[in-house]
Amino acid sequence: MSATLPTRDLPRDTRAGVPGLAEERPGFPLVAWMICLKGIVWREALRFLHQRERFVSALVRPLLWLFIFAAGFRQVLGVSIVAPYKTYILYEVYITPGLVGMILLFNGMQSSLSMVYDRETGSMKTLLISPLPRWFLLSSKLAAGVAVGVLQTYVFFAIAWFWDVRPPWTGYLFVAPAVILSGFMLGSLGMLLSSLVKQLENFAGVMNFVIFPMYFASSALYPLWRVQEASPLLYRLCQLNPFTHAVELMRFALYGQMNWPALGIVLGCTTVFLGLAILAYDPGRGIMARRAPGAG
Amino acid sequence: MRNWTLGALVAALGLSGAGPAHAYKIFVSNERGNDITVLDGTSFEVVDTFAVGQRPRGIAVSPDGAKLFVCASDDDTIQVYSTADYKFLGTLPSGPDPELLVVSPDGTRLYAANEDDNLVTVIDLTTGARVVEIPVGVEPEGMGISPDGQTIVNTSETTNMAHFIDRDSKQIVANVLVDSRPRFAQYKADGSEVWVSAEIGGTVAVIDAASKAIKHTVTFEVPGLRSESIQPVGVRITEDGSKAYVALGPANRVAVVDGTTYEVLDYLLVGQRVWQLAFSPDGKHLFTTNGISNDISVIDVENDEVTQSVQVGQQPWGVAVADVPATTN
Repeated sequence: MSATLPTRDLPRDTRAGVPGLAEERPGFPLVAWMICLKGIVWREALRFLHQRERFVSALVRPLLWLFIFAAGFRQVLGVSIVAPYKTYILYEVYITPGLVGMILLFNGMQSSLSMVYDRETGSMKTLLISPLPRWFLLSSKLAAGVAVGVLQTYVFFAIAWFWDVRPPWTGYLFVAPAVILSGFMLGSLGMLLSSLVKQLENFAGVMNFVIFPMYFASSALYPLWRVQEASPLLYRLCQLNPFTHAVELMRFALYGQMNWPALGIVLGCTTVFLGLAILAYDPGRGIMARRAPGAG
Repeated sequence: MRNWTLGALVAALGLSGAGPAHAYKIFVSNERGNDITVLDGTSFEVVDTFAVGQRPRGIAVSPDGAKLFVCASDDDTIQVYSTADYKFLGTLPSGPDPELLVVSPDGTRLYAANEDDNLVTVIDLTTGARVVEIPVGVEPEGMGISPDGQTIVNTSETTNMAHFIDRDSKQIVANVLVDSRPRFAQYKADGSEVWVSAEIGGTVAVIDAASKAIKHTVTFEVPGLRSESIQPVGVRITEDGSKAYVALGPANRVAVVDGTTYEVLDYLLVGQRVWQLAFSPDGKHLFTTNGISNDISVIDVENDEVTQSVQVGQQPWGVAVADVPATTN
């Protein structure tokens, strides 16, 4: 089925308004950038609206963890006081930022999955053919994915509120930038991975080698001091895992506190992942190029 | 002009009164640490620790806030300290193994339960002498006093009774059988009811103060916890009687009970083995001692929310609050 769809059948809004501007790249009017962004975001929004199951399933996953897994572990673990918390908390409260991380992680990987699909169907070519710079196209696509992730996060927060996970209301505001930044980091990681994944079927590998290790070897499920007690090696791995820092950044923000080291690491990782993803999608230089004959 | 000066004077008094009115100290007895941790009532930070006798458990502050009484159980005495500078002021003849104590509202008498001797010791605080020893049930522990100071309630852990003692006759006037191992007795501020917690029974008996009959028995159930781990100990009731707080020991929870319907409204998660409770002078905060996790938890009474937990000494047991400005000595 790969590469059989002719490009003319695909949405053209990504190119609307910009033909003929290819020669004068540096001087695009702002409106051209906006049209391009709108086109990409709108396409994601349409895809999102037409895939309501995806939205529901993305929510069901963390909710299952919250309602069932956390309930079972509630008495077993007994989370002691650890910053940013000032007193004892139930396991449900501890696990919530980690589950938001899970939403963003799956969302990021889902976007990367859709990019592999886009490549197979040829619509990726349509996107990259746009005269606007590649970094902007990919960042727009990323922003569209993050917007969906943020929406899922807040719906999750709303449901968790009824499950007695109630951070201070200001926390819901403070956490927004942390969620967006973490979404960008995980999204750009997904994008980078999608440039490495050859076919849609290989996506199971991403699941086993990226999502699960990242999720389990992090502070999402257990505080790091407890991991350290169990295994110093695992503790080191957790510390090296950027996902840990995304979760901690969101955990602190949810309680109105700033975790500077986590912010630095998440910003740094976002830059690196996004930079590599942009390079990788460069047909002239990137990894895509080496595979181009097979992929297109 | 006179009005103006008067106004300024009132304002100045008001302002000077505003500061110390909310400043207070929290004293926590550390059973194993053999010391008292002092916390500032505004920041909830530890400001001092001072050594006391062996195995300090029950503690109380005199009504004027100047003196701190400490049951040094293994020294068989009650020690008196200054709440301002923590100086040792002397001892009181409590009899062996004092565990809990109450001070009469007028500050003239102190009543202590002697666990080993099955006695309640009455001490005159003006002379510092023992007035009388009243024989009660086996293993007396909880001590409550009516707001008018007329009736003293003692609970005996093995006899499973609440003994009502008359101040003047120094005699037991009524015995009320409650559930197994009663630990604590607390009067409502209006004197209408006495709440008695039963550690092993897992209940709190609400006793009508006039008829001495049990009006209601409060039971507790925390989802996911075995009923054996729910052991009610310390009880405190808000000034208006609308809510009562019950420390549930190894359940690591404080139950919030409606003061009129006796329904359990909520269970608040605190540290491990929550034992005794004390309100801040303004009634806005409740402090809990958590014996195994070596800390105290601070509860926001209006919202029934645990706002923070603070590390204190080893095995915190009792807590008392003195309405004196906290100073870092």
